[in-house]
Amino acid sequence: MTQKLSSGGKLAWGLVALLAVLHYDFWNWSDRSVVLGFMPVGLLFQALISVGAAVAWALVVHFAWPTHIEEWAERPADDE
Amino acid sequence: MIAALLQAAPKSTTPLYVVGAYLLLLLGFSILNSRRARGSAGEYFVASRSIGPFLLLMSVFGTTMTAFALVGSTGKAFDSGIGVYGLMASASGIIHSLVFFLVGIRLWAIGKRFNYVTQIQFFRGRFQSNLLGYLLFPVLVGLVIPYLLIGIVGAGSVVKGISGVPTWLTGLVVCGVVLSYILTGGVRAAALANAVQTIVFMLVGVLAFTLISGSLGGLEQATKNVQENAPQLLAREGEIGHLQFLTYCFVPLSVGMFPHLFQHWLTARSAKTFRTTVIAHPIFIMIVWVPCVLIGVWAAGAGVEAPGGNSNAVLAKMVGMQLKNPWVSGLLMAGILAAIMSSLDSQFVCLGTIFTHDIVVHMTGERFNEAQRVTLGRFFIVAIVAVTYLLSLFPPPNVFDLAVWCFSGFASLFPLVVAAVYWRRATAAGAIASVLVAGGTWAVLFYDGLLAPTLAGERIGEDYLIAGMMPVTVMIAASTAALIIVSLLTQPPSAATVGRFFDED
Repeated sequence: MTQKLSSGGKLAWGLVALLAVLHYDFWNWSDRSVVLGFMPVGLLFQALISVGAAVAWALVVHFAWPTHIEEWAERPADDE
Repeated sequence: MIAALLQAAPKSTTPLYVVGAYLLLLLGFSILNSRRARGSAGEYFVASRSIGPFLLLMSVFGTTMTAFALVGSTGKAFDSGIGVYGLMASASGIIHSLVFFLVGIRLWAIGKRFNYVTQIQFFRGRFQSNLLGYLLFPVLVGLVIPYLLIGIVGAGSVVKGISGVPTWLTGLVVCGVVLSYILTGGVRAAALANAVQTIVFMLVGVLAFTLISGSLGGLEQATKNVQENAPQLLAREGEIGHLQFLTYCFVPLSVGMFPHLFQHWLTARSAKTFRTTVIAHPIFIMIVWVPCVLIGVWAAGAGVEAPGGNSNAVLAKMVGMQLKNPWVSGLLMAGILAAIMSSLDSQFVCLGTIFTHDIVVHMTGERFNEAQRVTLGRFFIVAIVAVTYLLSLFPPPNVFDLAVWCFSGFASLFPLVVAAVYWRRATAAGAIASVLVAGGTWAVLFYDGLLAPTLAGERIGEDYLIAGMMPVTVMIAASTAALIIVSLLTQPPSAATVGRFFDED
């Protein structure tokens, strides 16, 4: 159950990895400032990580979808 | 039941009418839908593997968001500030979807191909080991039961905080309603009810956020109170350590080993059904968690005191204090119960399924036909609900601290499922060693970090850390090492077994 990644797929997985790294936002650690009048900057940044994660996963689904797994699942189990 | 509720409640009874109406509507909807079910074991336990993208998203999200997500997140933000979101929510948005994509889809495929219904069936087949199944059974059940308790106790504390209804009565009603629809419709009823309940609790969460911020003088004023009275909660400095933050990322790996989530994955119509769940899950987490975290820090800024020092009661207190309209309070209470019940139903069905398939059917062979299996499943579900309800009458004092320990326990088994689907060289002995080491390290750390202090009557204020790291780090490292070392030292699995579970390339 393996398949080769397209360049789009590599880029999508790279974005997931980048978000995982950015999730550790040490630069916001002691920043108590508030943006938009009510939103702590540390919370806003992490909320944007969530939005970014949805975008990254959409790209992974589009460019790196494991079509072979579905084919394997549909094959009769006694053919091996 | 409504009359009993009314008699027990010293406060306004209107919220209870609203909650009662919601529960009746939910019950009616679920029972009506479950009448369409065909009554086979495949339908009852895995919804005939026919659930579409929307229902899978709602059932998976509803199942992973429990009392811990709503009540616990607000309480934790009240204590530790906005850093709680990065610690628990945004990390989960990345890691949960990663696990759904890399593990969930493969397990769905294997489950479909070999007609598996439970996680233990899969591990028994993959490692050709009955012993592994018998070892996993008490571990998985033992970790799910405290998780169930969190839900029932959480529901009781919220309803008591808002309307004064005793916790035993709320637990009884919640268990009764959930039991009614899962007994008739099994996992499909749970999925349908989860869809309704997830929509309800997300809408109600947004409503609560809007109303509570309004009652505090608006968004800006609510945050200004925090800047003036509890500014430390607006950042992580002094509240959350760097290593703690980094190693907390291991906790969401627990979703890979939740048996109730495994069962929901198996209900998917096709692999493509997972797409919506993988993409939307991080956004759904954000919609629920950002308001809860803000309400928690706003409560601290407004000078709200946690009842009895219990920060998990903060959400109920904020709803009760800030919202004078009893209809709205009732709606919010229904929303919180919806979140809690959407986890309980899947967990009850899952435990019933495990007892039926992994113990009774496994030990007795093909003695039971499909209808008898469904009856057995129902019997076990009733027994589990009864036992859990009785346990909820004597809740441990640190029930929400127990949640992170449960998640850590499941996460410590995550290397096992990864090896099962990706590492051909993983052996039964390695898998058994991994489970034993995960269980052993969990038990030792749990005793030292939660049980011993609780027995000594100490209240746990600080997180239990090892060299600044979450204990789950040690558990995962130990179980991974045991899995790899013992697998490499023992006979590789047969070519036939590897061929069954891995494609030729």
